Parts: sequence; C-alpha cells; structure tokens
Amino acid sequence: MNLVKLTIDNKPVVVEQGTTILEAAKSIGIKIPSLCYMKMDDMNFENKPGGCRVCVVEVEGRRNLAPACKTECLEGMVVKTHTVRVINARRTVMELILSDHPAECLTCAKSGECELQDLAQNLGIREIHYTGEQSHYKGDRSPAIIREMDKCIMCRRCETACNEVQTVGVLSAVNRGFESVVAPAFEMDLDHSVCTYCGQCVAVCPTGALTERDYTWKVIEALVDPNKTVVVQTAPAVRAALGESFGMEPGTLVTGKMVAALRKLGFDYVFDTDFAADLTIMEEGTEFLDRLTRHLNGDKSVKLPILTSCCPGWVKFFEHQFPEMIDIPSTAKSPQQMFGAIAKSYFAKKLDKKREDLVVVSVMPCLAKKYECTREEFSVNGDADVNVSVTTRELAQLIRNANIDFASLTDEEFDQPLGESTGAGVIFGTTGGVIEAAVRSAYELHTGKHLEKVEFNELRGMEGSRKATVDFDGMKLNIGIAHGLGNARKLLEDVKSGKSDFHAIEIMACPGGCIGGGGQPYHHGNVDILKKRQRAIYEEDAGKPIRKSHENPFIQELYKEFLGKPLSDLSHELLHTHYFDRKKKVEIEE
Amino acid sequence: MAKVKIPDNKVQELKDICKSFNNDPGELINVLHQAQQLFGYLPAEVQEIVADEMNVSVAHVYGVVTFYSFFSMLPKGKHPISICMGTACYVRGAEKVLDEFKRRLDVKVGETTPDGKFSLSCLRCVGACGLAPVVTIGERVYGRVSPDDVKKILDEY
Amino acid sequence: MAKYKNHILVCGGTGCRASQSEAIAANLQKAVDENNLGNDVQVVKTGCFGFCEKGPVIKMVPDNTFYVHVAPEDAEELVLEHLVKGRKVERLLYIDPETKAPVSDSRHMDFYKKQLRIALRNCGFIDPENIDEYIARDGYSALGTVLEKMSPEEAIKVVKDSGLRGRGGGGFPTGLKWELTYKSESDQKYVVCNADEGDPGAFMDRSILEGDPHSVLEAMAICGYCIGADTGLIYIRAEYPLAIKRLKIAIDQAREYGLLGKDIFGSGFDFDVSIRYGAGAFVCGEETALIHSMEGMRGEPTVKPPFPAQSGYKGKPTNVNNVETFANIPAIFLKGAEWFNKIGTEKSAGTKVFALAGKVNNVGLIEVPMGTTLREVIFDIGGGIKGGKKFKAVQTGGPSGGCLTENHLDLPIDYDTLLASGSMMGSGGMIVMDEDDCMVSVAKFYLDFTVEESCGKCTPCRVGNKRLYELLDKITLGKAEEGDLTLLRNLANVIKDTALCGLGQTSPNPVLSTMDNFPEEYEAHVKDGKCPAGQCRALMQYVIDQNLCVGCTLCSRVCPVDAISGEKKMPHFIDSSVCIKCGACMEKCKFGAISVQ
Repeated sequence: MNLVKLTIDNKPVVVEQGTTILEAAKSIGIKIPSLCYMKMDDMNFENKPGGCRVCVVEVEGRRNLAPACKTECLEGMVVKTHTVRVINARRTVMELILSDHPAECLTCAKSGECELQDLAQNLGIREIHYTGEQSHYKGDRSPAIIREMDKCIMCRRCETACNEVQTVGVLSAVNRGFESVVAPAFEMDLDHSVCTYCGQCVAVCPTGALTERDYTWKVIEALVDPNKTVVVQTAPAVRAALGESFGMEPGTLVTGKMVAALRKLGFDYVFDTDFAADLTIMEEGTEFLDRLTRHLNGDKSVKLPILTSCCPGWVKFFEHQFPEMIDIPSTAKSPQQMFGAIAKSYFAKKLDKKREDLVVVSVMPCLAKKYECTREEFSVNGDADVNVSVTTRELAQLIRNANIDFASLTDEEFDQPLGESTGAGVIFGTTGGVIEAAVRSAYELHTGKHLEKVEFNELRGMEGSRKATVDFDGMKLNIGIAHGLGNARKLLEDVKSGKSDFHAIEIMACPGGCIGGGGQPYHHGNVDILKKRQRAIYEEDAGKPIRKSHENPFIQELYKEFLGKPLSDLSHELLHTHYFDRKKKVEIEE
Repeated sequence: MAKVKIPDNKVQELKDICKSFNNDPGELINVLHQAQQLFGYLPAEVQEIVADEMNVSVAHVYGVVTFYSFFSMLPKGKHPISICMGTACYVRGAEKVLDEFKRRLDVKVGETTPDGKFSLSCLRCVGACGLAPVVTIGERVYGRVSPDDVKKILDEY
Repeated sequence: MAKYKNHILVCGGTGCRASQSEAIAANLQKAVDENNLGNDVQVVKTGCFGFCEKGPVIKMVPDNTFYVHVAPEDAEELVLEHLVKGRKVERLLYIDPETKAPVSDSRHMDFYKKQLRIALRNCGFIDPENIDEYIARDGYSALGTVLEKMSPEEAIKVVKDSGLRGRGGGGFPTGLKWELTYKSESDQKYVVCNADEGDPGAFMDRSILEGDPHSVLEAMAICGYCIGADTGLIYIRAEYPLAIKRLKIAIDQAREYGLLGKDIFGSGFDFDVSIRYGAGAFVCGEETALIHSMEGMRGEPTVKPPFPAQSGYKGKPTNVNNVETFANIPAIFLKGAEWFNKIGTEKSAGTKVFALAGKVNNVGLIEVPMGTTLREVIFDIGGGIKGGKKFKAVQTGGPSGGCLTENHLDLPIDYDTLLASGSMMGSGGMIVMDEDDCMVSVAKFYLDFTVEESCGKCTPCRVGNKRLYELLDKITLGKAEEGDLTLLRNLANVIKDTALCGLGQTSPNPVLSTMDNFPEEYEAHVKDGKCPAGQCRALMQYVIDQNLCVGCTLCSRVCPVDAISGEKKMPHFIDSSVCIKCGACMEKCKFGAISVQ
C-alpha cells in the first residue's frame, strides 16, 4: 500500500494513495462541505459526479479550484479549504443553486431534513445576489412518490440509486444545460414507468424534490370517524428506526414507546405486522417444503429456487423485468397484505363487524407498500385490505402533531390476537431475516427435529449478495440472499440462464432490507445507521421468548379456528396471490 | 404526446438497424442517427424499440436524445429552414434575418408551421462564412441574406 | 496528375458549393468535352481554397490563374478563352483593392502572400476523393518511413522535437500526449480524432477533412503505431455531410491500397479507422465528453484525472487529437522535426489555421506561421475592415476566447501570448468586429451560445452561465444597476475557478475580456443608459427633428403602439416610454426627420 503525505489547512496528513482530499480532510477533523457527493460502502452506492462544486478547495500550484470529492491526494500537496477565494467561490456556487430553487422551506416536506437547507445555514447565506429565471417542471404524484423537480439541484443521487444500485432504469438526466433535470423517459409520470416505488431515490435525495406521498391526513380522518374501527399494524423495521426521528441514537429499539404512541393517537387496536410475518413463514415455508419435496421426488413440473415475495418493490421489479419468470416466486402475499386480509376477515368476524367498518392502517419503512395497497387484487369490492399505508417518517409526523413527547412515553404491549409475534417475525426487517425465519421453521417441520441453535449467522450480514448452505439434517440446502435490486438482478440472471443451484432465494429491494427502506428516517448516506438498525432487529429477536414462527400460539390458534392448515383453500384465497406480466404495461401518455 | 403507430415493416427495419450495430449500447448514437434518417424524427415509440433492442432503459435513450440537438422528437416541416447563428453570420446580421422568418411564419425556433410546410431552427456555423448570413432550406443554401430577402425566399416554396 | 496537361481546380469547399461550384464544375467538364479537350484537361473538385470571400473560386494549373466569383454560365467562356485561345478572362480575375489592378496568380495576392500552408498543404490542390492524388504528393510515405525505419519511441521523439502542440485549443504538447498514452499499459488502446468542431464561426477542421482526408488517416495510423493502438475512431459532427462522405471514400480507398487494415506495408502493424458521429453538442469537443458520447451516452464531461491517456474510450488508454493537429503530422515526418520547429515562435512551433470571418474584407480560411501578428492577419491577409469602417476588436478562440483590441494588434499570435492577453488560441475561429459592434452584445452572444451548449452537469456552468447571460441581457436592456458590474465580474471569476470542464472554465472569457478591454462601454450601458455602438435597441431613442418634420402623419399611422402624436401639419413627437424601437416610423419618413440617438 502506497502512502502519500500532504498538508490540509497547514495540518500534515498521511493517507493511502487514491484517497480523495475530502476523505483525507475528514480523517483529521476538517469537514469540507459537500452536496452532491454521497458514498455508502457495502451498499454499492457511490455518487460523486463532481457536479455541485460546493466542495471546492485551493490546491497550491493549480490554476483553478479543485473538487475535494473527486481530487485524489498527491504527495506533497498543499490544500487550503477556507481561503477567501474558496469561501467566496463556495458561497457564490451555493447562491447559484439557491437562485434556481423555490424558497419554500417553511412548507417543504423536507424542511428540517434538507441537506441544501443545512448547507445554506452552514455557509451563512443571508442573501441571494444572483436572481433570474427559475426552472419549472410539471409535478408528478404517483401513489407512493412525489416528484417536485423544481427543487432538483442535479446532484444525480437518485439517478445513481435508480440505475446503478437498483438497475431499475427509470430515471435519467434529460435535456441539457439550464433545462436539464432528472426524469423518467419522455418526462412522463412515474406510474407510467417501470418504477418499483422502492423509494431509494427518495432516501438519497438531498432536497424536497423527491418525497413520499403523504397520507397522514387520511389516517387522522379515519381516527376521528366514529363509525370506523381503526386497526394499525407496524412493520418490524419501524421500531428500529422511529426513535431517530425523536433525536434518539440510531439503533435504539422503541417498540414499547411506539405502541404507546399509537394508542395515544387513538387507534382502536395496535397490532403487529410481525404477526403476519409469522403467518407468511407458515404459508411460504410450507409452499417451499412442498415444492422442495416434490422436486426431490423427481417432479419436473416444480420450479426451484423459490423466491420470497414479501417485498412489493421486488415484486413489481420482476413483473417488469423478468415477466417470463413470474411462476418462480412464492405465491404468498406480503405480510402487510396478509395482515390486511386476516384483519378484514378473521378479526372483523371476531368483532362482529363488516370488513368495510374496519380501517386498516399500516406503518411501513417503505414507499412501495403504499403502491401495494392500491393493487386491485388486494381489495374486495373496492375496499382495500390495507386502506392506508404510512411510513416511519409519517408516523413520527403524526406523533408530533398529537403533541406526544415520544421520549418520555412508558412502554406498552401490542394488542392481541394480531399483535403477538416471534423473533422470526421481527427479523423480517433486515436482509437475510426472512430466509432465516423460514429456515428455522422449515427445519423443524421438515426434519421433525428440534432446532437447538436458531441463529444462522451464515445468513446474516450486509454484503449485497450472499450465499450459504444450510444443513437440513443431512440435506444441503443452497440459499441465496440479495438486497438491492441490482444484486437481485444478477441472481435472477443466473437463475434464468440455469446457472443457479439455489433452492431458495430471499430478495429485498432496498439496501440493507427494510431497515434501509425508502420510508425510514433519512440516513443521509451514513451506512452505520443501517448497521445499527440491523443490530437492533437482531437484539429484539434475541429477547423474544418464542423465536420460531410456527410456535406462535396465536398463529396456531388462527389455523385452528379459521384457516385450517397452511395452503388450505381458505389460505389460498386470503393469503396467496398471483403476478402479472407487466413488460408491455408501460404506456406512452397521450 | 401524440401516439404514433409504426408500421410493422418499419419496426423490422429499425430492429435491423440495431442489429447491424450488434445491439451494442455503445453504438446508441449511431443507431439513433440511422433511426432518425428512417423516420425523419425520433418519436417515443421508436425510442422504446431501440431501448428494447439494445438492452438499455428507455430513460437512457430519452436522456441521450434530449442531450443532442441533432435529434428531434418532432417531425420537421416539409421544408426545414435553418438560420446559421455562427459568429460570422451573427455579426453580419443573422439575428434580424431570424426575426423576420419568425415574424413571417409566426413560429418560434424549433417549431413547425401548422400546415407542416416549414420548420424553423438555428444551427451553428455551416462553414460558409464567406456568404454570411447564411440560411439553408432543405439542401439549398442561401447566402448574404437580408431581412428584405425573406419574403422572396419563402415565396419560392 | 501528370497525365493531363492542364487542370481546372474547382473549389469544392462548403462555401463555394453553396454558391453552385458543383454546377460550375459540371459546366466546365461539359465545355471541356465539347471542345474535345478531354485528353488534355482535367476538371478537379478540390477542397477549400480558403478564399471564401471571393467564392466560388477556380484555379487553372499550371499557370496558377485564379478566377473569382465564377458563375456556372461562365464555364464555356473560361474554357474557350483560357484554354483554347490562351487568353485570361479579365472580368473574372481578382482585383487588388489597392492598386485596382487585376492579379491573376494567386501567389501574388495579399491574401495568400503571408500564408504558409502545412496543415492545408493539399487543400485546394488535390481531388480529395482520389487517393492517387494524395500519394502523388508524398502521401503515406511518412507512414511508410515510420513503420519501416522507426521504433515507436523514435517516432514519438520526432513529434516531441517538432514542438507541435494540440491545435484544438488548449495547446498541450502533442508528443508528450502520445508518450503518456504509449506508456499506459493495456491490452487495447485507441486513437481518436476529434472532428467535433463546434465553435460558431470556425470551419478549419471541416475544410481539412473535406480537402485532404488522407493526411488525417495517415497521421492516425502513425499515432496508432507510436502508442500501440490498432483502432482509430474519428468523432465527427453529423452536420458535416461532405466531410463525412469524403472521409468514408478515403477510408475505403486506403483499405483497398492496404494503407489501413492488416499488416500495413508488411510491417506487421494493423490499424483501421471507423467513424463515430456527433449529434450536435458543443461540449463533446471536450475529450472526456467526446469519449462518453462515443460510448453511446450523454456527452457529459468527467473530472480529470483520470486523463484519457490513462483511462479513455471503454476505459482503455486513448489518445485524442484534433484534425488540424493530425494534419501536421505527415509533414513533420516528411520534412523533419527541426524544419517544423523552426517555423513559428519558440514555444509555439509551426503554423495555425484560422477561419477569418466577420467584418473583414477577405473572409476565408488561412494558415499562417505562429508569431504572425493580428495586424498582418486582419489587414494584410484579411484586407482590412469591410466598408472602410474602424477596427474595433477581434475575437479569437470562440466561446472560450476573448476580444482583443487595437492595442493587441501587434502581438504575435501564439498560445501563450493570447492566453496572457485574456483570450486564447481556441481551435482557430477569428472574428473581426468594427465600430458598429457592441461589446456587451458580443459577450451576450457568446454566453447565449454557452448557455445553450452547457451540458448541465455542474452548477457554475448550468446556473452560473445562465445568470451571467441574464446580467448581460439586463445591461443591454438598460435595466442594470451599478452593483451589477461587480456581480458580473465576481460571477465570471467564480465560474472560471469552479466549473468542471474546459467549456465552463473558459465560458466567462468573452465577458471578462470585454470588461477588461472595453470598460467604458459597459459603464455607458449601465450608468448612462447608452450603447455607444448603437446596437442595443432598448437603449436607442427615436427622435423626430422638429425642424424637418412637416406633420404628414405617416409615422404616427405606421407606429404599431401609438407612440407618436402630433397635429396634422405640425411637428410630431415620439413618446419614448411607449416606443418599442421597431424603426417603422424611420423607414416610412420621407423627409429624413426621424433619427436614432
């Protein structure tokens, strides 16, 4: 490894060759402001077009200023990060950006979380000397994502997320010069595109150009409606991140406080999507064992590997991109939709209410879930199984609206029967979790033996694409895991070309899984936050008395009282779904 | 965006063009050039077929099409008028000539007259600076054009 | 060429073709045939002669008689008089503007006297569509020599010793560039010829490709041998159909002759060239943008390093030179590095091709030794300012360059002098301006260009240049306030300091150089609300001379905005707050009573 020595603001520093000035400065406590730059190791995310020019610094002997994010350190370099020339340039560049940005901070969805706003504050911009024409683009409101491109600063992070990380390919820079903007093909709306609504573009957008569709008001309307029974379900990843919205350390588990807050908000029943996750394992796991057994018995009509289907972004992805393979994923609905279906049948019956009298709200780390609720197959006579899906961020907003001091809440427990879950349900929130949960149950159901050690460390981690072999009492099961749709695509290509020897593959659209979902509190490029959330999820699992889905007593009761057994006719009706060839579904707007 | 139905034989021709470049995404610009020659412009439907054949996203194709001024998503007029806006033509009064064309045709730069007869565009240096200001209509080049000549020129068509 | 006794060279450059030189050539051929001269006389369509002002031009060889402003109907007379009867057609000869005497031999014309043609050595002499004519003028013998007698290191040394610097604008030493690419280790390397000439008002590269395409192909092959590349790519503007056509013919012919392809000259060296098309994006003249464009992407530049010499086309080491640079290469190998190095100035060896245009008498394509003064170019070669007006400024370097004034006229033209004076060599556009040109408007014109051609990737260029343009617009509209000039300068400096690529970094040059050289003109606009050149319409005032006006009311009737009032038979007035300065009244006034102030 070659080392280079340089000085930054008169401080000597030694770094590895290839280190950028920005990184070198950071290592000695000099924080050079940046805007378009975003790099997340392990996530395959690197966006440094060198375009915003906010991070410029003076390098001795160089004619012009150098972008710190793109300029590699060289031996003997003398770098100055805050000379008058640099500060003036940086402020002027910032003023230029602001001169083409609506000054709507007070009402902007991103206010308080906006990197542009922060930077303007840090640079002490009090006046914009340069004014002129501002860019105007038509708004785009899809069921999940809102694009207000007037606020776009051309950092290109969304483009990187959509094309390089997710390989969805919906977004591209279009036009050029002052007219340039990031948009779908033909500048059409997202709902005419192959967008998966994974929301990773929203997760990385530094401004309010890309935000989620806000449904908090719909929730409030439901809560005040005396004729409705409002039921809420919370996805596993929410509890590992919600605290961040209230200033808590990333990785703080706030399950109990969250339940307390939801109750204060006025939900009639506070339930857990984790319960439905356990149910998913029963259905998906049984489906897997069924396919596996038939496969082992030589049934050629059975296709393996089985692919998980909990993630609506992933589902839409393969419907668009691999329509010829729509018979491979498990037919099991996602936990959100299983919950909705059970709530509006089994639970409604228990309450002696009609399904229409129930409003099912879901709190999700996810934007695609908003879209999933709107899929026609998930409603009965126009009544959706899940009526409203809000994100972790929206829940925080609801809590603030209700004047609840979140940090001081006393922990409370979920309601029963749809609030009881096992550790297996909890780990659905992270990459590797669904398949680990499935393995825990499938092992016992298949071998009839007791599983001593429920942790499968070989399935855990943050690598984008992982493989492991699990020993099912002598039978070797090859398991693949991918998070991030780009990694998923690679696994899928292998399956398609017959190169894959996997029996089961877990796929989650977002980097890190649901903990890194598009609806989570903004991570601003800090991967450590995702890792801490992941640790919190495993911590919750470890603390659970029951850690295998099939041991959940309320799941057992549900089968006994209502469904019969996994893959029963009723299960098929309520808990399984089918997929569509969406290849040709992209239509050019009139 | 008006929908355009591309006849099947043209679809095949377009696919053949892509194939002649081995469907190599690196050849996208060459493909688009030939596609534009085939259709006269690059409607959305053409871009979708190209994207599909070359295994790149439609957004990418659209991003490329909108980057280069040579590519157009609108059909050109029967007689495309281009005013040279190179510096030599500019200092010799090209702007006034352009204004006169705009006024007489009642279109902006980049637009086509409602009857589809003329379209108006600007281009940078035809390389005939000795004839500045220069106007081209189709293949025909008009040199040393003054605003007064505009009517006469248009009347030829 | 030897087969025929006489040749009629017809300029086939774009300018002359636009004035029907094709028809002239056809008519000449017809007249030759009709007079049964087919065995003695050959009509050759050549590349650009350079003297576009006088186009269409033709030249009779061997007596070098130069005919100007030729029309198709002159063909018969030319053949009959000049070739059959041996008499010059006086009325088509060039008239020396000073002596008013006809000059028949182009070598005696002021326009050509001070020129030295290296890059353009074959333009206007050979049929560019016939490889034999190129070979007859020592074509491909440089390649032969290099392949047979030199190692890549030796050949690179020749280029280094010649002192040749990149003619595309920046002036990076060509030999050094080759050496860097040579030293980059890789299984595959590329030679790229940048023919994406996009400066408004520049047509040097196009003329070379149209007039002498083989010299570029030969040079690319030499470069390929030197750096270790077997593939050459020419990135050319799709707007240059004639150049493309001639290049394609040249490539085909060279392949046929074994001068491109496998095992050239039996040396074991393989090299072939293909064409890539630009599609109308000025920024693609920047080498990283050009490479992305060739890869089928948006032509957005990327931060250097890495340089193309390290990681270029498809991530492989790539040497990018422009057309004119390449066109010099064969001559350097034929005549030696020392010969070339002696031409020009110490740090800028050789010649430079300029597209001379604007308010100058002799518009055209010229090539002069480095070190020639601007005065020589504009007044001797260019024949001075059109219409006897006063010289005001000369713009070099296109949108990246600046405007130089009378004070700079005696500066020798080379890379460093121009840069030090606030302009730059650029690719060779040279636009002359006279007293009627408003310098603020000129700066605005270039900024308008940059704004339109900005790729949009970096803030300073995307937003900054837009704001720069808007400020200039404000000034030309008389709406600027005093602080605006300070803002303008600060913004221009910041853009220069922070923009990502060469396009953005140089885009403020037209503003800064005009601000430096014509400060009083900016101030007149801002402080006095006046445009000294009388070009900014918004700052003009139409006034009716009360003594001359007879009150015919014609002006008030044509005024589209009713700005003119007055009683019949009484002097009229123009309300300048209503007037839109359309000039209709002045056009209509039969008494010359209306003037502009």
